[in-house]
Amino acid sequence: MDMSSILPLLQNATELGLICSLTVLALYLSYSMLNVCDLSTDGCYTLGAVVGGMVVLQGHPYLAILAAMGAGILSGLLTAFLQTYMGIDSLLAGIIVNTGLWSINIHIMGGKSLLNLFGKDTVFSIAKNAFKDTPVHEYSNLIVIAGFVILAVIFLSLFLKTRLGLAIRATGNNPAMVKSSSINPAIITIIGLGVANAFTALSGCLMGQSLKSFDINIGTGMVTIALASLLIGHTFFGKRSITTRAIGVVIGSVIFRLVYALALRMDIPSYMLRLVSSVIVIIFIAVPYLKKQFPLLTRRMSVASKRRAK
Amino acid sequence: MLQLIGVNKVFNAGTVNEKVALTDINLDVKPGDFITIIGSNGAGKSTLFNMISGYFYSDSGNIILDGKDITLLPEHIRAKSIGRLFQDPMLGSAPGMTIEENLALAAGHGGWFSHISKKDKSLFREKLALLDMGLEDRMKQPVGLLSGGQRQALTLLMATMNPPKLLLLDEHTAALDPATADKVMEITKNVVEEENLTCMMITHNMGAALEFGNRTIMMDSGKIILDIEGETREKCTVDDLLNEFKQRAGESLDNDRMLLSK
Repeated sequence: MDMSSILPLLQNATELGLICSLTVLALYLSYSMLNVCDLSTDGCYTLGAVVGGMVVLQGHPYLAILAAMGAGILSGLLTAFLQTYMGIDSLLAGIIVNTGLWSINIHIMGGKSLLNLFGKDTVFSIAKNAFKDTPVHEYSNLIVIAGFVILAVIFLSLFLKTRLGLAIRATGNNPAMVKSSSINPAIITIIGLGVANAFTALSGCLMGQSLKSFDINIGTGMVTIALASLLIGHTFFGKRSITTRAIGVVIGSVIFRLVYALALRMDIPSYMLRLVSSVIVIIFIAVPYLKKQFPLLTRRMSVASKRRAK
Repeated sequence: MLQLIGVNKVFNAGTVNEKVALTDINLDVKPGDFITIIGSNGAGKSTLFNMISGYFYSDSGNIILDGKDITLLPEHIRAKSIGRLFQDPMLGSAPGMTIEENLALAAGHGGWFSHISKKDKSLFREKLALLDMGLEDRMKQPVGLLSGGQRQALTLLMATMNPPKLLLLDEHTAALDPATADKVMEITKNVVEEENLTCMMITHNMGAALEFGNRTIMMDSGKIILDIEGETREKCTVDDLLNEFKQRAGESLDNDRMLLSK
């Protein structure tokens, strides 16, 4: 492998990793903090891409970002409302919203399952023009994405230390204690998922704008990919401060894409991405669990072997 | 202060598992009362607390707190005026968050988007120092690292950070070792006296039931079978309580823990 071909590859992987890291940050909020596994993530990511894409087609790439985030918030509020006030199990609520969003997304695209943004201004094309004569023009995409991610990390690390943020963390940690602090955990869950899904939709919107052409399947498997990135991040920065862990999951997302990009170079077909993410999630959740079980297993085995010796 | 008027609760009504938990409970708690509650297993002591705190709702009857009917108010709204501690020290605080963050949530000062203020931090430090457990120097540590006794003392601090109208203590020292239990009980007494709180305490320790507070209630099969205060209570001994129970409930006390700690 020569360096001239591998550098753009790594740059591309980093860009992808950073865009997806916004979804990972969303899961950091919902899964790690609020303790809700939000399975509407795939649909919400697509929703962000689709809503953003339609607004880009109208010629408003900045407004597209706000519209996508707004749509994400609505989707998150709905998922949370179903699980807090409608008695629907939280996993099921996510799956239901995810399924419903598929139809809604196609409806937003005017009944088609494909969207083309070619020839329209996107935040990336605008940045490319702005950086045209500067030495960093090759990295304009990276700069834009990094800007969003840095803002998101700063927002989250400040947000999670506010009283509302503390309530969100406590709701995932000990809901009974939240109630005894005179706070309604249902409302906190609704707000938390609203904010988280704003990030998911932002992530999808940026991905849509950078791809310029995508279909209804753009978000399929995102929840597992993001979960894999989150768990990789937690492995390295698990027991640190809120901010360090937030940075950690962003790094986790980039590592995931870099490793994957290198795997692609070794002739692993690109459709393997989802399998790889599934296996990573399994490993990162099962290994710590098995580690805990291991002493018991060895004891059982030694007892069994003693019995056989008799 | 707190009035229970004809409160009833039946679990699994109409099934083979039907269990009458509370029957026609009438109770008038006066301001400043410190009531100790004793009774055998399944007598309805904790159910009574669950009902008052809103963990579940009564089937019928009314609960009046400070002149306001709270019978149908949800738990988190009642929590503004009712503090509660459980036997399990793990229930009252969030283990993944720091001592400071737990206290901040309980204090509820400032707006939703405000961070913990310097003023609050020094207030927390001051209050923690009163516990005499060295927690004031560990404010940035997660609560999960604390011992059961420390967590229960912290929970007590959290529950009384904004002095509630009513404090419910559900065997809150039962899971602690004797020395720690004494200490938490002493802190409890101080807090209740200082803030002049109205307090109800479930205990399995008959000695403690007579030692603490100004009024003692005995429960059996979902009913209040004895309610003593003043002179009658001062003269009462643990043996009197046991005899009283036998007479009124028509059977001996079946709470082993209670008999052992006699």
